[in-house]
Amino acid sequence: MGLEDLLKKVKHRFNDEKEENKTEPAPKPEVKSVKIPEDLFFKCPRCRTASYMEDFEKDRKVCAHCHYHARLTWKERLEQTADGGSFVEHDAGMESLNPISYPDYADKLKKLREQCDMREAVVTGECTVRGYKAVIGIMDSNFMMASMGSVVGEKITRAFEYATDKNLPVIMFTASGGARMQEGIISLMQMAKTSGAIARFSEAGGLYITVMTDPTTGGVTASFASLGDIIIAEPKVLIGFAGRRVIQDTIKQKLPDEFQSAEFLLENGFVDMIIERKKMRSCLARLMKVHNYEKGAGK
Amino acid sequence: MSKLTATERLALIRLKNRPTVNDYIPLIFNRFMEFHGDRHYGDDAAIMGGIATFYSMPVTILAQVKGRDIEENKRTNFAMPHPEGYRKALRLAKQAEKFGRPVICLVDTPGAFCGIEAEERGQGEAIARNLMEFMTLKVPIISIILGEGGSGGALALAVCDELAVLENALYSVISPRGFASILWKDPSREKEAAELMKITSEDLLTFGVCERIIHEPAGGAHNDCQLMADNISEYLFEVIKRLSGVNINALLKNRYDKFRKIGMFTE
Repeated sequence: MGLEDLLKKVKHRFNDEKEENKTEPAPKPEVKSVKIPEDLFFKCPRCRTASYMEDFEKDRKVCAHCHYHARLTWKERLEQTADGGSFVEHDAGMESLNPISYPDYADKLKKLREQCDMREAVVTGECTVRGYKAVIGIMDSNFMMASMGSVVGEKITRAFEYATDKNLPVIMFTASGGARMQEGIISLMQMAKTSGAIARFSEAGGLYITVMTDPTTGGVTASFASLGDIIIAEPKVLIGFAGRRVIQDTIKQKLPDEFQSAEFLLENGFVDMIIERKKMRSCLARLMKVHNYEKGAGK
Repeated sequence: MSKLTATERLALIRLKNRPTVNDYIPLIFNRFMEFHGDRHYGDDAAIMGGIATFYSMPVTILAQVKGRDIEENKRTNFAMPHPEGYRKALRLAKQAEKFGRPVICLVDTPGAFCGIEAEERGQGEAIARNLMEFMTLKVPIISIILGEGGSGGALALAVCDELAVLENALYSVISPRGFASILWKDPSREKEAAELMKITSEDLLTFGVCERIIHEPAGGAHNDCQLMADNISEYLFEVIKRLSGVNINALLKNRYDKFRKIGMFTE
């Protein structure tokens, strides 16, 4: 799957807007660009500025121009977050069944498992971050837009149960298109299941930090992503409940650019802070320290 | 018992004369007093809340309000709540917990409202908060799906000790139309989606999503609203009596386990 596909959702936003702008008189003629190899440049889906892929990757996949924090694979995220070699994965072998016998669902999962180097849309486990031990969950939008079905719900629930047992803080990097339609009502129930596990974890006094990454939407926003004690978002990422298109269809008007951005949520009071990727580790470590977690152990 | 297809049931629950909470509440409860507002932003008419007595026992009622005509629907936004509706529900649930009365949720919504203001006021957060708080609410919670149980908008009033579903009611992760639109890019395949999605009361019972099916009068609830209300009353009488006898810690554990065990996977 190419970068183009990864950014499709964000691209749609721009395409929508481009289409709506068509009615404006005399759009200035764009310079016809030369065809460039995809892997040489990163074209930002937000500001559409191109930068060298090498620079972009060195810069942790942050657009140098507008600071949009592009999507990472779970491995890239882990590398940028956990102390080297500290990660131990949990429940690695878990695979979804097909509760509503959705045609080709099993095949699709199988193909993705081979393509994406992951078995499901979330990877969970424990690691240290600058010495502080934590339970970590990383969602990866490459896998069915990180939608939540049985496996995502179960892994996240177990992560909280494990953390409750061991007195560890939980850090969740959220990204999701929402509930996994292909698993029908079973996926809806995962929202209640994960939220219930957080209720218990929270009652036991555990610290839960959510980091909302691009895109955090739908049933994941309406469950565990919004329940952090502290909610962090990466700059310029998309966060919302309903899809932009659905809202546009409902209200029959164009939505402003910044609608459902991290900055929009901050302004409306649903995010504690927006933290740049390069400062994320020190921020997470600081939060665990302030909440009396000790290096190398739980509370 | 009727054996209607999911598509037939979809048509049936959308009938204009399908009874709504405004029909049922006076038939089932005594002297309902409506309480308004979430104490943060406003009052959402899509979710009605208040107290009443049921066989002289005080109960809290949280109900999604479908309109019976266009005027009422305008007022109640076709039972599509905004965040303040869910926050009002939570406030009244907490009140019920304080005064030790059971909570009865009557669910009937196409889904939570999708709009600019709903996003600005945190639709996702409001639903998430209810899921978490209802899971540990220290009084019995009984939810009944009357017609449409649309996605997270329904689930926000359906984290409960026992879920009952009216025979022809449906409960789904997204509307069949939305399902067809997202997965097949073709909303006109709504009927095909409805059949595929396993959203009927019998499916829900099989999945362990609901515990009880409440039978409807022949041809559907609209044919005999009084009989339908009697069937609901009979169920409520039995379940409230049963749940009130359960120790609160056991009740909460059972509630957690009820959701905890749902999921289909291999390891």
